Amino acid sequence: MSSPRALILRAPGINCERETFDAFARAGAAPEFVHVTQLLADPDCLDRFAILAVPGGFAYGDDISSGRVLAQELKAGLGDRLLRFVDRGGLALGICNGFQALVRLGLLPCTQHRLEEEVTLTHNLSNHYECRWVTLQTTKSRCVFLPAGLTLRWPAAHGEGRLMAKDAAMQRLLVDEGYAAVLYVDAQGQPTERYPANPNGSPLAIAGLTNRSGRVLGIMPHPDRSYLPTHMPQWRRTLQEQGNLPVDGDGMVVFREMVKAAQAEG
Amino acid sequence: MQAWRVDVLVRPEHPDPAGAAGQRALAAAGVHGITAVRSKRGYLLGSDLSEAQVRSFARAVLCDPVLDLFVVHAPDAVDPEPRPGTHTLVVRPRSGVTDPVAHSVQKALGDLQLPQVATGTYRAFEVQGAGDGQQLVAAARRALANDVVHEVLLDRLPPGLPSGAGSTDLGVHAIPLAHLDRHGLEQLSKKGGLALDGDEMLAIQAHFASLGRAPTRMELETLAQTWSEHCKHKTLTGKVRWQGKVIDNLLKSTIAHVTRTLDRDFCVSVFVDNAGIVKFDDVDSVCIKVETHNRPSAIEPFGGAGTGVGGVIRDVLGTGLGARPIANTDVFCFAPPDLRADEVPAGCLQPLSVLKGVVSGVRDYGNPMGIPTVNGSVHFDENFVGNPLVYVGNIGILPTARAHKRPKAGNHIVALGGRTGRDGIHGATFSSLELHTDSEKTSSGAVQIGDPITERKAMDAVLRCAELDLFDAITDCGAGGFSSAIGEMAEGFGADVELQHAPLKYQGLSPWEVWISEAQERMVLSVAPAHLDRLLQVCREEACEATVLGTFTDTGKLVVRHAGTVHAELDLHFLHKGLPIREREAIYRPGEHREPVLPKETDFAGALLAALGDYGVCSKEWIIRQYDHEVQAASAGKPLCGVRENGPSDAAVLTPKLGSRRGVVLSNGLNPRYSRIDPAAMAECALDEAMRNLVAAGGDPDYTAILDNYCWGNTKDPYAFGELVRATEALCALAITYRTPFVSGKDSLHNEFRAGDRTIRIPGCILVTAMGVVTDVQKTLTTDCKRAGSLLVLVGTTKDELGGSVYYKTKGQLGANAPRVDHTLGRQVLHACHRAIDAGLVRSAHDLSEGGLAVAATEMAIGGQLGVRIDVAKVPVAAPLAAERVLFSESQSRILMEVDPQHLPALSSRLAGVPFAVIGEVTAARDVVFTDAEHELLAVPLARAERAWLQPLDLDGTLTAEVRS
Repeated sequence: MSSPRALILRAPGINCERETFDAFARAGAAPEFVHVTQLLADPDCLDRFAILAVPGGFAYGDDISSGRVLAQELKAGLGDRLLRFVDRGGLALGICNGFQALVRLGLLPCTQHRLEEEVTLTHNLSNHYECRWVTLQTTKSRCVFLPAGLTLRWPAAHGEGRLMAKDAAMQRLLVDEGYAAVLYVDAQGQPTERYPANPNGSPLAIAGLTNRSGRVLGIMPHPDRSYLPTHMPQWRRTLQEQGNLPVDGDGMVVFREMVKAAQAEG
Repeated sequence: MQAWRVDVLVRPEHPDPAGAAGQRALAAAGVHGITAVRSKRGYLLGSDLSEAQVRSFARAVLCDPVLDLFVVHAPDAVDPEPRPGTHTLVVRPRSGVTDPVAHSVQKALGDLQLPQVATGTYRAFEVQGAGDGQQLVAAARRALANDVVHEVLLDRLPPGLPSGAGSTDLGVHAIPLAHLDRHGLEQLSKKGGLALDGDEMLAIQAHFASLGRAPTRMELETLAQTWSEHCKHKTLTGKVRWQGKVIDNLLKSTIAHVTRTLDRDFCVSVFVDNAGIVKFDDVDSVCIKVETHNRPSAIEPFGGAGTGVGGVIRDVLGTGLGARPIANTDVFCFAPPDLRADEVPAGCLQPLSVLKGVVSGVRDYGNPMGIPTVNGSVHFDENFVGNPLVYVGNIGILPTARAHKRPKAGNHIVALGGRTGRDGIHGATFSSLELHTDSEKTSSGAVQIGDPITERKAMDAVLRCAELDLFDAITDCGAGGFSSAIGEMAEGFGADVELQHAPLKYQGLSPWEVWISEAQERMVLSVAPAHLDRLLQVCREEACEATVLGTFTDTGKLVVRHAGTVHAELDLHFLHKGLPIREREAIYRPGEHREPVLPKETDFAGALLAALGDYGVCSKEWIIRQYDHEVQAASAGKPLCGVRENGPSDAAVLTPKLGSRRGVVLSNGLNPRYSRIDPAAMAECALDEAMRNLVAAGGDPDYTAILDNYCWGNTKDPYAFGELVRATEALCALAITYRTPFVSGKDSLHNEFRAGDRTIRIPGCILVTAMGVVTDVQKTLTTDCKRAGSLLVLVGTTKDELGGSVYYKTKGQLGANAPRVDHTLGRQVLHACHRAIDAGLVRSAHDLSEGGLAVAATEMAIGGQLGVRIDVAKVPVAAPLAAERVLFSESQSRILMEVDPQHLPALSSRLAGVPFAVIGEVTAARDVVFTDAEHELLAVPLARAERAWLQPLDLDGTLTAEVRS
């Protein structure tokens, strides 16, 4: 199997690039760091990659609002090249701050195949940053690589994670038409708007989105902090009960499935 | 300077969390009748933009098209009439205070090809139903702002941008000293905020007399910075008259002596660099540094704590030839958050707002840096009201081959990172003076707001340059700014500096101000000429500003110029070795303390709930969750644990090399309350607690290094200093027995607040931080009970040691029998427990500290969401004790372990030689039950205990609601 090349975007304030790199490498990709100054100087370099990952962090301090300045910079410097990257078969992943940037860029949910901001990720109802493990469910969505029906535990760590569409109808459409690929669920496995299972108050429990073609995934919680078995908060219980630990943590599925999909595309 | 004002606000149909938070804060500050608050984010844009440009920029960048709307006020707009029944509060940074968002706004202007005009930001709150405007402003100045850094305006638009430019005084200014006597010199020092004493001023006078000239202002400032207590630790490195002898250099003969005597092979670099360095594996080392940032945090908790975090991160980044920061640890001491307003002296902030400000400062610096905050603790005592303590620590990793600097003459002096401004002038000397009622007003120059993204860029640039081996030495700009950083790097060589090259935040700084400014986020590197171009290129790629400031020379002189004019020419030997050795007297006078005569306990359940609800004991979840403790994906032992992931952890476990099972265990120990009885007890217990925590979590006591961080009241008082010397001797004696070397430390020795005729002095504190290396993190443990049917095994001996305990505190008593450590037993307990844990015989373990056995067992039950049933009659005791004493004694060297019954024989053999007993079991019934033989002392439903423990610092009111009954 070939190793699909994965562009791990760096930018001032992005700070999850090393773990994102490591997770992709473990999943069989060939990751490379590209700083945003490099990408803007040589936008054609996108053509060399099968996967684009925008890691989490606080790009440009999340000044003005989360991901805003980075999205603006990419939009001004790349125009609709990112849309074409996806159209020609590229896969893209935005985690946390990366998700916020992709939403501001208009690459998610991109229901009209145009780069415009259809939804936003805004301040948690608590009005502050919060780090906690959440339980997620993957839906039967448009996403071409994320399997449906998985229950996963990943850590959420953000201050601006409440996914809001312009109105209730649009929010509903995201769920009904398979854009809402990942939901916050409660202890009973039901999608929830209730704190703390839903840490930010996202209506309809939306934790992650895919785009129209299902080739882009954005999620607020972090698969890049839950891909090793000892990342999982209950690993000691698992070890004591089963005598050993699984090879992967819950987040690894994203990286493995993305790499598999990229390989299948050849 | 006139400016456009743009207000951005959430459309009324959407929630406005910032408005809701503002409403809560104003209500808590005593404003009644508020019916609604709408928040606004405000931007100032230079008037050179056209209205069309402002509107398109606001639409594209400033406003969220999904949620927000915006209002533009022209540069010459008059203040709008407030809507009926409303007032608008504008909170804006005072002139000269760092405004990090403004930089990003400017960058975004550039990205859109718009003119990069001057920018600024503010916040605004439209308040409905508040009535009197002046009362509202008074409340807002406390609840929504801090006077030191913010200005609050009522029903006014913020007037334009600060013009910034002042007139620049480029004069060299010789300061004649020759004619002054000791008193005159002292006055000069005091007036100039130099914090130099008479002897030191006389030494400077003599030095310049020998040169036949007067010092320049810059020279005097440089000496004051370099000789400050903060930089030179002159009290602890001076001479001490103590018990009839003279100790020559207290630090060397105690703390450093321990390290030298133990000579542990895992120590790579101790006391010489920014941080202590310890071997991690065959290739890499880990380094650690803990600092205090008490002064700035007392005045401006948010900025003070944030820049404290930023500073200690730079310490680690500047260790060896550049270390990658991997974790933060933070320990705070505050006055109780519910201290009555009339008990808070004028000039002090209310303790709850200090706590909230400090927590958000740590959050808003540590999180954006991408460094997890993994460990910490919070302590409460009334005497921290004027001097809260903010300990900030950082750990880094670096290749062992790059653990030592190799500076060379002929190299370039390169400054990189943030620009220099007037912020933080005299921070180093300020920290050596006493705080008083007016400090808030007079010391704001020493207060700063951090800009974490500038530091992140500097960190990214430094670490890439380190990988490419592009520099030969590095240090951070901390206290004293360039003067200390360059002055230290030049020791043994020389330096020639041209300050005109230093990038400035704004014009108008005098050369001496540039030289000593403590503006944040700056590093200084020594770069060989052959590597300079590549280094500058990497910095450009990382969007990090870098400038050549001069050259390291071999002249033995520190020469500082501005536009060619020499402002300072200091002999480096005098600068570093000319400081007169201080001699202080230290006398220990034991306090007069007595054990209280308490009635026999009748309400054991009430006593347990009271202990769980003590501020020091209770859950710190509200704080912990605001910190990112997962970034970098190295967390294998988290700050919270258990079934509901809300149980307390004893230590953090990290795997800094992704995929490797080799790990770092990090813990701390501190108990200020014991210091009120006996500082020796406080010191010993700090070390024992740090080690217990570490061992309970699976750390190896034989592969652990420690740090000492002193915070003391006023060491000019021989009695206070005597307490410090006594504490130090006790600490060092125990460290020798535990074979734990000190690898770094720091002191803050003037934590005294003068309010009128009342002087409030903190209890002397030594924070001990312990860092151990383990080969396999899969052997590490958490504190939460894992399975019903497990046995509970208590290791260690319980004694009548309730002096300074939480139990006594809940009865309004201090007592006299503060816990002491039996050195030999303590060492045996640590090693025996480690043998048992390492052999995989233990399911969970928790150290016994504040609140003793009763609290520790309850915390294990809360974590596991299981019950515990314990018989106090089975507890190993030194002498017969009343049940409440067994429950709440805070005797040291005790660890409670959960053990599979079938492992008991194997466990017993590992524990041979130390006192231990099976004292109870883990139960499926979710109750905390203590008996005395057959007699039931207490049976508390777990949910009730959990609520009592969660409630005191449940500051959002969300934690207790989640408790499962």
